[in-house]
Amino acid sequence: MYIKKSIKWFIFPLLVLIAVATFISGCGDTTPAPANGTELSGSIRIIGSNTLTPLSTVWAEEFMKIHPKVSIGVSGPGSGAGIAALINGTTDVCQASRMIKQKEIDEAKSNGVEPYEIQVATDALSVVVNPANPVSELTIVQLSAIYTGKITNWREVGGNDATIVVISRDTNSGTHVFFKEHVVQMKGLASEDKSLEYGPKVLFLPSTEEGVSETTRNPNAIFYPGLGYVTDEVKPLAIKKTWDDAGVLPSVATALDGTYPIARPLLYYTNGTPGGFIKTFIDYCLSAEGQAEVTEVGYVPLNS
Amino acid sequence: MRLRRNVHEVDAIAVPAGGLARRWRLGEKFIEGWIYLAGGLAIVVLLGIIVLLVKEGVPIFFDTPPWEFFFGTKWYPVSEPPTFGIMPFFVATLWVTIVATAISVPIGVACAAYLSEVAPDKVRETVKPVIELLAGFPSVVMGFIGLMLLSPLVQSAFNLNTGLSGLTAGIMLAFMSLPIIISVSEDALRAVPDEFRQASFALGATKWETIWHVCIPAALSGITAAVMLGVGRAIGETMTVLMVAGGALAVPVSPTEPMMPMTAAIASGIGNAVRGGLQYQALFAIGLILFVLTLSVNLVADRVLERQKRKFQR
Repeated sequence: MYIKKSIKWFIFPLLVLIAVATFISGCGDTTPAPANGTELSGSIRIIGSNTLTPLSTVWAEEFMKIHPKVSIGVSGPGSGAGIAALINGTTDVCQASRMIKQKEIDEAKSNGVEPYEIQVATDALSVVVNPANPVSELTIVQLSAIYTGKITNWREVGGNDATIVVISRDTNSGTHVFFKEHVVQMKGLASEDKSLEYGPKVLFLPSTEEGVSETTRNPNAIFYPGLGYVTDEVKPLAIKKTWDDAGVLPSVATALDGTYPIARPLLYYTNGTPGGFIKTFIDYCLSAEGQAEVTEVGYVPLNS
Repeated sequence: MRLRRNVHEVDAIAVPAGGLARRWRLGEKFIEGWIYLAGGLAIVVLLGIIVLLVKEGVPIFFDTPPWEFFFGTKWYPVSEPPTFGIMPFFVATLWVTIVATAISVPIGVACAAYLSEVAPDKVRETVKPVIELLAGFPSVVMGFIGLMLLSPLVQSAFNLNTGLSGLTAGIMLAFMSLPIIISVSEDALRAVPDEFRQASFALGATKWETIWHVCIPAALSGITAAVMLGVGRAIGETMTVLMVAGGALAVPVSPTEPMMPMTAAIASGIGNAVRGGLQYQALFAIGLILFVLTLSVNLVADRVLERQKRKFQR
C-alpha cells in the first residue's frame, strides 16, 4: 500500500503538469490580431537568404522597438530554403538574394501560393581573399576557371605558388546560385556556357560567416560573401568584366553607378501583395529610415 | 473497529478495507493501460518513420537507376537536369568513421582498462561520471571547437591546404564517441569474474599480463559492442561534420581532403528541397541508407552484448 501511495503522489503532479502544459500551449496559439487603432500586434516569420539575414535582423529589431507587440523571427538557412518555405507555406516573408525561378513559381502556384516580389536593397557580391594574398584583381573568366577547377594554383593568376582553396556556399544559398549563373557560367559574356558547374574540389560551407572566417585564417582561400560580410580581415578583389576593362572594387558607389559587374538585387517575396502589419513592416524597410539601416549594415540602398 | 485497528497494528502493509482496495485496483488498471499505450505509441511512431523513409525515398530510383545513384560520382541537385550520385558522400562517411574509430578505440579501451583494473575506487568513482558527462556536450559545440581550435592545428600539423577536412571531423567524432566506448567497455571489464584475475595472479602473471591476456579477451564481446555503439554514433553524427568536414563534392581519396559525409549532405540540402521533388526524394533515399547502416551496426552490437551477458551467467 505504501508503494501505491507513492505512485499516487507521483501521478497527481504529473496530471497537473500535463494540464498546465496543455493550457500554456493553448495560449501560445496566437492568431494575428487585426490592427487595433495604432497598436499593431502579431508575429512575422522571415526565412531565407543568409546574405540578407543581418539586414533583416536590424530591420526587425528597429521595427519591434516601434511596435513592441509585433514579434519578428528571422532565420537565414539560404534563399533556396526560404523559397521552399514560401512554397510550403511555412513562412510569411521569404528573403532571397536571387530571383525566384520559373520552376519555383509553377510549384508555388500549384500549392496555391502567389509569389510577390519586392526589392529591398542591392548587394555588390564581393570576391574576397586573405590579406596576405598578393593577387588583387581577377577577370570573370579567371574566376570561372578557378571555381570550375581549371585553375588550381595561385601562380596561374599572378600569385604565389600555392594551391587555391576554393570556398563556396552550399546549394541552399541564393548566392551559390547567383554566383554560378553570373560568374561560373559567365552570364552575359561572349564565353557564356550554361553547362559549367562548380568543380569537385570546391568546399561547400553551410554559412557565409564560416566562409569568411576560413578566409581570414587561410592564406590561400577565396570566397564570395555579400558586401555586408566583408570585414577588415579579408581583402576584396577588384573584378574585371573582360581583360580590357579596368578592375572595379565592390562598394556602395560602384554598385549604384552600375560599374561593378556582379551587383544583384536583394529581394523579399510574400504570398500575394502583403497586407496588415506585414505591409507596415515592408513599408518601414523601404522608408528613408529603413534604407539608412541598409548602408549601416553594408549593403547598397535603393535609388539614393 | 477493534478488529481494524488490530490489522493496522499487526501489518501496516495489508489492505485495510475492501472499497479502498477496489479503487486502487482501478488505478492500477488505468496505469497499466497508460503504459501499454505509451509503449504502443513508440512502436507506431517508429514504424511510421520507416514507412515514411521508404515512401519518400524509394521513388528516386524510378528517375535515377540504383546503380547510378549508388556509384555515380556527381551530385548536382539544383542544375538542369539534376544529377544524383552519392558515391562521394558514402566514401566520405567511410573515411570519417574509419578515422574516428582508429582514434577512439585504442584510447577508449585503454582508458576503460585503467578505470576498471588499475585505478583506485575513488578515482574511478569521480572519473567515470565526468567522462559520461562528455557525452552530453551538444554536437554544435563540438563542431565549434573543431572549427576554431582543431582545424588550424590539423592544417599546420599535416601541412594541408585547409584544416576543414575529413581528418578534423574524424578527430572530433572520436572525442564524441569516446564516452560511449569507455563506459560500455568498462562495464564489460568489470563483469569479468574476479576468479579469472585471481587465477591469473596465482599463475604468476603480472598485472599487465592479466589485463592483456585475461581480462580483455574475456570481455571482448562487450568491448566489441562498445566499439560498435561508438561507430554508430560516428556514422550518424551530423552537426559536427557539417561544420568541420569541409563539404567538397569530389570522391575523397585520402582523409585529409575536404569531404561531405552523408549526414552533412542531407542537412545542407533538405532546406531548399521542395516536398516531393527529385532532390527531396534523393535526400530521403540517403536517409534510408544511413538508417539501414546504423541499424545494422546497432543490431550487431546488441547481439554481441547479449552474448557477453550469457557468457558469465552461471
